[in-house]
Amino acid sequence: MPNPKRKMSKTRRDKRRTHYKATAPTLSKCSNCGELKLAHHVCPSCGYFAGRSMFIPKN
Amino acid sequence: MRHQVKGRKLKRTATHRDALLRNLAMSLILHKRIKTTVAKAKELRTFVEPLITKARKGDLNSKRLVMSVLRNKDAGKVLFGEVIEKIGERKGGYTRVIKLGNRLGDAAEVAVVELVDFNAVINEAASSKKEEKAQKKEEKKAKKAAEQKALPPESK
Repeated sequence: MPNPKRKMSKTRRDKRRTHYKATAPTLSKCSNCGELKLAHHVCPSCGYFAGRSMFIPKN
Repeated sequence: MRHQVKGRKLKRTATHRDALLRNLAMSLILHKRIKTTVAKAKELRTFVEPLITKARKGDLNSKRLVMSVLRNKDAGKVLFGEVIEKIGERKGGYTRVIKLGNRLGDAAEVAVVELVDFNAVINEAASSKKEEKAQKKEEKKAKKAAEQKALPPESK
């Protein structure tokens, strides 16, 4: 079986990984309470979506 | 090519998947609003919507066809009575999927599926639940206050 001739150096490995980045979620303001929320999702802080209550938040 | 490949397998065998969708459909018809994962919710749409359309026809043959899928007399009664009546002239699109975010534990995306025409019924139930909660809270508060009154020196 063919195999790599040399061990990959830490630098090369890490250079490759510079492109592995996490993307920030696209957040928008809730039209009911103004908190930040995910688009197309129920607002987790007030439980509202599209002008109506989907669930009652705890406490 | 992925021609003619439709739907999700939901990591189940065909019979298991069938049973799951039947159960979900039954629950949706009985409760009008249910909470599941987004994948199941979206799969459920393609399962119940044709069922409801079929049920609207209302003749004996379509009734038998629907019941052969649903296999629950209570759900059948609700579907052919309440649900069909409420849906009226709506031409498809009887259900709505609303995403709730990720579940704690397995981080699965969770959503609510509901019958579109039952907004008022569901909202009423929710508001009555809210009131009940508030009432319970007040009762608890009163109880606590009474307890504190009964033994003020020991509490502090």
